Amino acid sequence: MASASAKKIRPKYLSLPALLFEIRLPVPGWVSILHRISGALLFFPFVAWVLYLLDTSLASEQGFDYVRNRYFALPLVKLGVLVFIWAYCHHLCAGIRFLFLDLDIGGDLKTARLTSWIVIAAGLALTAVFGARLW
Amino acid sequence: MKRLVVGAHYGLRDWLAQRVTAAIMAVYTLILAAVLLKGSFTYGAWKDLFAQGWMRVATLLFAASLAWHAWVGVRDILMDYVKPDGLRFALQILVLLMLASYLGWAVQILFR
Repeated sequence: MASASAKKIRPKYLSLPALLFEIRLPVPGWVSILHRISGALLFFPFVAWVLYLLDTSLASEQGFDYVRNRYFALPLVKLGVLVFIWAYCHHLCAGIRFLFLDLDIGGDLKTARLTSWIVIAAGLALTAVFGARLW
Repeated sequence: MKRLVVGAHYGLRDWLAQRVTAAIMAVYTLILAAVLLKGSFTYGAWKDLFAQGWMRVATLLFAASLAWHAWVGVRDILMDYVKPDGLRFALQILVLLMLASYLGWAVQILFR
């Protein structure tokens, strides 16, 4: 027992490389951290951006045409819209999954892994669908 | 009046609020998606949509839900990652100011 515990250095502090390359998250962990990252992105900058778009497009017909035909034609804007759609859809799907987990539904390992894959796939699929409609 | 700053029941209201506001926003999202997929996307249709009373109220409810939901969520993130008390406090104030600005901007857009 003494020799076994002597080999491991405890406590182990995690460096950034360890966090990035050594720790391998299970799929539900990925859903969780992506839910957090997408939530942070939605708070900033996406709420401000959507408010700007809503403001401009509702203010006048010129504003609407500008947003629709010229602003959305910019490559960087297109990329931003895609990231926004993904963040919104992933956050929504993962959030619905968490609501079911709160109700003690789908908490066993097999179901939790399956629904995690479904959430990740649904987020990407919805991004593809809405992204395709934009172009 | 005795007010508890910390304690066992302190987080329940926030926890519940985050879930209720999430449900409100999810329903709004489905309604908006249905409306947008049904109609044609022109300036007239877009303006008429947000000129209707129910849409303005629903959007305002969405905005208020978002502000509360985002406050709980972003505060959780700050509590997890920002350890120095002063910096965390300053960032929380910044987040509150931003959310208040978002809400004010949304009201301005909806009721001008």
